[in-house]
Amino acid sequence: MSRETLAYHWGKHHRTYVENLNKQVVGTDLEGLSLEDIIIVTYNKGDILPAFNNAAQAWNHDFFWESMKPGGGGKPSGDLLDLIERDFGSFERFIEEFKAAAATQFGSGWAWLAYKANRLDVENAVNPWPSEKDKELVIVKSPNAVNPLVWDYFPLLTIDVWEHAYYLDFQNRRPDYISVFMEKLVSWETVNTRLEKAKARAAEREMEEERRRKEEEEGKPTNEEEDDDDLEMYVDNDNDDSEAE
Amino acid sequence: MALRSLATRKTLTLALKSTRLAQSRALQTFSLPDLPYDYGALEPSISGEIMQLHHQKHHQTYITNYNKALEQLHDAIQKGDSSTVVKLQSAIKFNGGGHINHSIFWKNLAPISVRGGEPPHGSLGWAIDTNFGSLESLIQKMNAEGAALQGSGWVWLGLDKELKKLVVETTTNQDPLVTNGPNLVPLLGIDVWEHAYYLQYKNVRPDYLKNVWKVINWKYASEVYEKESA
Repeated sequence: MSRETLAYHWGKHHRTYVENLNKQVVGTDLEGLSLEDIIIVTYNKGDILPAFNNAAQAWNHDFFWESMKPGGGGKPSGDLLDLIERDFGSFERFIEEFKAAAATQFGSGWAWLAYKANRLDVENAVNPWPSEKDKELVIVKSPNAVNPLVWDYFPLLTIDVWEHAYYLDFQNRRPDYISVFMEKLVSWETVNTRLEKAKARAAEREMEEERRRKEEEEGKPTNEEEDDDDLEMYVDNDNDDSEAE
Repeated sequence: MALRSLATRKTLTLALKSTRLAQSRALQTFSLPDLPYDYGALEPSISGEIMQLHHQKHHQTYITNYNKALEQLHDAIQKGDSSTVVKLQSAIKFNGGGHINHSIFWKNLAPISVRGGEPPHGSLGWAIDTNFGSLESLIQKMNAEGAALQGSGWVWLGLDKELKKLVVETTTNQDPLVTNGPNLVPLLGIDVWEHAYYLQYKNVRPDYLKNVWKVINWKYASEVYEKESA
């Protein structure tokens, strides 16, 4: 990846996303939220709000720079490699699929390796019987600024396939860019660190779920109290009405 | 004699039938149209390097993949393989759209030496003033929408044949203008995919949009307008 590409990609494109986002956020409800929260809020379940593009692209590019390192490439090891081999058959198959996803994202977008854990693909539903099999690595691609945070996946690795990411160095030859990225740039250490965080978060959420389930089983009386309050209010309203008459 | 002519007629009919069948089975393949000008002829608005890559690589790739998708579609239709037929629709839209849009684009451009950039006269000029107030207004509007388009796509000046008015529209990726409405006819399209300007203008898409008007072929747009609004 040439110096010239980085100068434009980081120095112009990425910088512009950040600057424009700051302008959009100041003096609004979004001010003070974390970047990830802004992304989820402005994604708005697909009916995207104006700040989404800048917010998501700011995040995506941070994530992309950190996914690379000079003298990168090679092969991962340990847990990460084990999971890759489990979920894709082999490291080679994973590379093939990842490259294919990146090459076939039509128009602008990104390809991702992500950790998907214990969630049904239904909005806000929680998997009632989570198992180890639900915690898996997946390859996904997304258009324009969309990223896996909006699907509640934990991103591990990304490649930018907007044309500005490779045009100066490779022109139309996106597959060559993707190959070079995999062979010479990917930072597997970073991906590994992210995987550990992803597993930790999944474990935390499981504990949360357990705790909430136990609370429900023990049947705390909070619900009943709320009903009484409603009754009282209803009675008050009746009195008000008769007074009005 | 009679027998021989009977035999001849039968053979002739059989020959005709098989030709017709072959014709219906034969799939039209598409090929890269030639540019009506040299690659460098649109400089300095669009560099020769960009024109060559855009035409020989990008457009050619759309055509190659479009032909491939059509062949696969043809097979799938013959086999009655509905799931493949439906699966191929996006490849056809991407690549067929790419071919349609770029074929129009090359005609939308012309070197200054052959009146590229010269403002439209006649009925299209009138229509622009009526619909947008002035040519400058139209250009401003198209530049604003082109610059604001997220990701890849096109900005169009179109004719709505039903409502009989001019419209400015954008489409994403390689969607042709007709995907925004079946009555829309493209008069002028500007490619705002990064490949259309990056080597020359880098991230400054607004500069590309400002400069491209110097080589817009209003003559062609007028011809299409006159034909379609007749």
